[in-house]
Amino acid sequence: MSTADTPRTSAPAPVIEPGHTFASITDKISAIVLTRRTTLAWLIGFALSASLLGVLIVSITWLLVAGVGIWGINIPVGWGFAITNFVWWIGIGHAGTLISAILLLLRQEWRQSINRFAEAMTIFAVMCAGLFPLLHMGRPWFFYWLMPYPNTMGLWPQFRSPLVWDVFAVATYFTISLMFWYIGLIPDFATLRDRSQSRAGRVAYGTLAMGWRGSARHWQRYETAYLLLAGLATPLVVSVHTVVSCDFAVTQLPGWHSTIFPPYFVAGAIFSGFAMVTTLAIPLRAIYGLEDFITERHLENMAKIILVTGLIVTYGYMMEAFMGWYSANPYERYVQWDRLVGAYGPAYWALILCNVVTPQVLWMKRARCNPVVLFVVALIVNVGMWLERFVIVVQSLHRDFLPSSWGMYYPTIWDWATFAGSLGLFLTLFFLFIRFMPMISIFEMRTILPEAEVKEPA
Amino acid sequence: MKRPGLWGLLAEFDGPTALVEAAAHVRDRGYTRVDAYTPFPVETLDEALGVRRNVLPFLVLAGGIVGCVGGYFMQWYAMGVDYPFNVGGRPLNSWPMFIPITFEVTVLVAGLTAVIGMLALNGLPMPYHPLFNVPRFALATRDRFFLAIEARDPRFDRRQTADFLRSLGAREVSEVGR
Repeated sequence: MSTADTPRTSAPAPVIEPGHTFASITDKISAIVLTRRTTLAWLIGFALSASLLGVLIVSITWLLVAGVGIWGINIPVGWGFAITNFVWWIGIGHAGTLISAILLLLRQEWRQSINRFAEAMTIFAVMCAGLFPLLHMGRPWFFYWLMPYPNTMGLWPQFRSPLVWDVFAVATYFTISLMFWYIGLIPDFATLRDRSQSRAGRVAYGTLAMGWRGSARHWQRYETAYLLLAGLATPLVVSVHTVVSCDFAVTQLPGWHSTIFPPYFVAGAIFSGFAMVTTLAIPLRAIYGLEDFITERHLENMAKIILVTGLIVTYGYMMEAFMGWYSANPYERYVQWDRLVGAYGPAYWALILCNVVTPQVLWMKRARCNPVVLFVVALIVNVGMWLERFVIVVQSLHRDFLPSSWGMYYPTIWDWATFAGSLGLFLTLFFLFIRFMPMISIFEMRTILPEAEVKEPA
Repeated sequence: MKRPGLWGLLAEFDGPTALVEAAAHVRDRGYTRVDAYTPFPVETLDEALGVRRNVLPFLVLAGGIVGCVGGYFMQWYAMGVDYPFNVGGRPLNSWPMFIPITFEVTVLVAGLTAVIGMLALNGLPMPYHPLFNVPRFALATRDRFFLAIEARDPRFDRRQTADFLRSLGAREVSEVGR
């Protein structure tokens, strides 16, 4: 990894280590799924994740039996952990779409080795996110009331409400992300079908590949569809967290009613999402020996994005506090002041420490290129972004206009269990994904080799 | 010279450059029932094969327009016609509030059109294809580049076409049964 023996040049580190061929890329990535023995690390990780998933199942069961009263929510803090977790998870998803769609359109070749598992992360994160509003409804079995369909009650959802926008935004986001991911996987499923030694593997991957055979005509339409989906997903990803922020900003609650929310939420989403991608990528490349494909350059680029979005988020915090003061609105001023020194002040200062102070380490190239440092920073940012959502949801709600309606929110064991359980759901799905699907896009990796270029006849 | 039971000929090439050159020669010779099979999209292969641009963008545009109009119509009908709900005298057709869902439905329908349209135009899912009878064709998803000429091509001749493909530098030419 050291570059001490080579002269320092301005050229960036390669996106793939030299010496690879079409065959070696194919064999190395597909072997993780097809031939290599399941590692002990995987088994232990999967067992722990599945245990956490069990915690989620118990929590949900008890929730359905006893109702949302098992959580610490009350009036005024009706949203509590459920919406904190929802916003956190959906934000994490955003990095996957950013990597797969926006970086594709910007022709950033380095995305090829991280887009597949980032997209998987998006899908699993959106699944976790979607769970919380459903459970928070109290009677999740009536979730279909959110959908516009002609019903005997003669009612429609209130389309002017950001909460209904949210249903459409998240549902569209999930559908588009899933299709994008699946489309990207089709050629790789064909590779696995053709390389699998077992009949079960051939049938399973063959079914998923739908008879893909790499025809030039198919590739042409495939690329068109892929690019169009990327073009559609790009504004979509911005719209999703904008709509989520409108859940807050459209209300009149001090601390929420603010025009900075949409951009600040989108930046925060990308910030936390890249932190999660980094958190996942660093152990994956170490355990599966993927340093050739996920190189120092990838780590450094992700670290730079974390740093930049972290600065945007910092600007958001500053503006929030400034506008609270500058508005000269006593309620806004009070909520901002309470944020710093009130009951939830420690959470606020912790998030400043996590999201504003810690990422500044990444100004140093040595920190950006050091997997251990980067992993720790990314973990801290994950925690910080969760705290940010917690402060926005809980601290703003617990102090509204009238002191008579003030109240505290204390999470119960079931709040924590449901949150931990959602991590279990996410990690379980992710472990299954890395075991049964190619975690790096094989066909896109082939295209970045120099041999993939067609040389003009001399 | 067509024989029943023969789907066509499959020639194997080492790299994308060799394939593109061969494809251009095959096209110059007047073959029309030709397709290439590659492990990743090869840039200039479309031109070499004479593949025309596809209609997918227009389908997606149509899908987007349907989603946009349909999404807005749904909200306008629900909020303004079927269940009018007067909030402080504000207009029932409160269009700014209908934009987010209109946008989401536009993206959703356009995206579904892109994916379903791509699969349908490609004729997928297709569980069986004669090419899968050739064992080496499995390498088309790994590191080999193939060019196939179908037997129903008017210029197809079992022997001459095979010789021609070999003269283009094919590593191996195999016959593909049905």
